[in-house]
Amino acid sequence: MKNTSNTRRSMPPWKYNLWVGVFFAILFSVVMLIYIATIRIEYTWSWYKVPSTFLSREVIEISAEVEGRVTQLERKNDQAVITIKNETESKSYTVPAEDIRVNEGDLIYYGDTLATYRKWRAGIMVQGLWITLKSSIFAIILGIIIGIIGGIARISDNPALKWSAITYVELIRGSPLLVQIFIWYFVLGTMINQLLESYGLKEIPSLWYGVASLACFTGAYVTEIVRAGIQSIHRGQTEAARSLGMSYGQCMRYVILPQAMRRILPPLAGQFISLIKDSSLLGIIAVRDLLKASREVVTTQLNPFEMFFTAAALYLVITFSLSMFVQYLERKTATT
Amino acid sequence: MIDVRNISKTFYVPHEVKALVDVTTEIAAGEVVVVIGPSGSGKSTFLRCLNHLEVADAGGHILIDGIDILDRKTNINKVRAEVGMVFQSFNLFPHKTVLENITLAQQVVRKRPKEEAHSKAMSLLEKVGISDKADAYPDNLSGGQQQRVAIARALAMDPKIMLFDEPTSALDPEMIGEVLDVMKTLAREGMTMVVVTHEMGFAREVADRVIFMDDGAIVEVGTPEHFFTNPDHDRTKLFLSQIL
Ligand SMILES: Nc1ncnc2c1ncn2[C@@H]1O[C@H](COP(=O)(O)OP(=O)(O)OP(=O)(O)O)[C@@H](O)[C@H]1O
Ligand SMILES: [Mg+2]
Repeated sequence: MKNTSNTRRSMPPWKYNLWVGVFFAILFSVVMLIYIATIRIEYTWSWYKVPSTFLSREVIEISAEVEGRVTQLERKNDQAVITIKNETESKSYTVPAEDIRVNEGDLIYYGDTLATYRKWRAGIMVQGLWITLKSSIFAIILGIIIGIIGGIARISDNPALKWSAITYVELIRGSPLLVQIFIWYFVLGTMINQLLESYGLKEIPSLWYGVASLACFTGAYVTEIVRAGIQSIHRGQTEAARSLGMSYGQCMRYVILPQAMRRILPPLAGQFISLIKDSSLLGIIAVRDLLKASREVVTTQLNPFEMFFTAAALYLVITFSLSMFVQYLERKTATT
Repeated sequence: MIDVRNISKTFYVPHEVKALVDVTTEIAAGEVVVVIGPSGSGKSTFLRCLNHLEVADAGGHILIDGIDILDRKTNINKVRAEVGMVFQSFNLFPHKTVLENITLAQQVVRKRPKEEAHSKAMSLLEKVGISDKADAYPDNLSGGQQQRVAIARALAMDPKIMLFDEPTSALDPEMIGEVLDVMKTLAREGMTMVVVTHEMGFAREVADRVIFMDDGAIVEVGTPEHFFTNPDHDRTKLFLSQIL
């Protein structure tokens, strides 16, 4: 990648630095304005509540499932074995020896707490982040597969393939993603799930309808990107490959697609970045993605400013990482 | 070796053009045939029909080594592997090195093991005089070098026939010689060649026969001497007077 800061500047350094200063001044003012406004409306910032939505220490209680006496309490390392016995049965509990609440000989009733320990637990935001990543990754992979097949069909001479691809692309591009998500979930999803139910099979969770809608949506755009990429490769390449006796498939695989890939990568990256952002729509079909998780936290913790800023920052981190990764790929393919 | 019977080719896009009109000719094994004619006379179309890059209109027959390539049952990829083609614009694969350009089809089509394809490629590069460029990318080669790689790429398949479509037209004058030299060597070794070219020196020196085409038809066929001393047709005379 070219480093734009190395390009020649048209103004003297002092002027340049002045405008850099202006930029930071603007940035600072915007942040300050927001901050002052929140003070004016007496918003109480509570950033300290945010970390626990990612990772929290949870207290886990181990309670007795039998009644009887503690006949044995044996500690080894940081584990302890508690054995409870009565006339008819005996039961052993192996617990972390952090906070043992009983002693040997104690009389235990059903449901008494024997011990507690604390465990790190992934908070709702981490789960949401994971769902966002998972749905995006699956949708991207499926989108690539659909797009390559669609792109090849789109340039085929066979009208059945070509018109199918055109119809698919135009249908998908002509309606809002939100509508498509609703159709996938409320129309197709209802149909499929009821059919599955009638055969006694398990329902498919809404996440997968969300992934399907995103994949179908992206696939249409990838189809067009792949088509443009393939068509940008000179016809002579195909002719040279075919004249050597390569089949259509071999020609595509060894000659056309590797060259098209380089031209496809940048627009593809843009498409996938949109996809990741669009995955935030899945919240409306009860998929608890990053945004939905943030909204749920807001309803209990009442800190919308912090949570939505956090969500935005996380989306930024994901999309930025993706674009860095693609730049790396571009550099790698450019040198070969 | 090549038997062309009553071949016509009509293009319908962007408008109807009869690029070839009832062409019939025969080319024997080991023969070097040069095709000449004014621009748009159908020379490239004729050549491209011979390896099915252009599909001739129904009705005619093209037999390559006895196999009718216009027959639907013919596996065209098999026939093409036996017919090398060299293009005006080289059409090397820019994402592959010179060596990979030459080994790709050997491995993919001929299923040769890597080492065998590799040594075959190296000996061909030696033959066309650029073995030192094996690991370069085509974009870093001069036009003449690229065309020689393209010839080596076609030869790597051990073709029985080589087709050349104006192989030197895109080259700077000082590079034409090196490519023609390779082609002359090939002709002397007994390769069956069909060459579309404006290089009359080449035609005079190595052609067994010259075919003059105009308006999609073969107007005159004869030896180089015949053409350059006393052609029969006025159109041939006119054309030759313009280019010589
Ligand atoms: N793919 C095509 N689609 C439509 N018309 C074509 C196509 N290829 C060739 N033609 C037409 O067929 C005729 C013969 O073209 P061809 O390329 O065979 O001529 P040529 O003798 O090779 O000319 P040149 O010396 O310019 O290469 C021309 O009128 C050309 O416009
Ligand atoms: Mg031509």
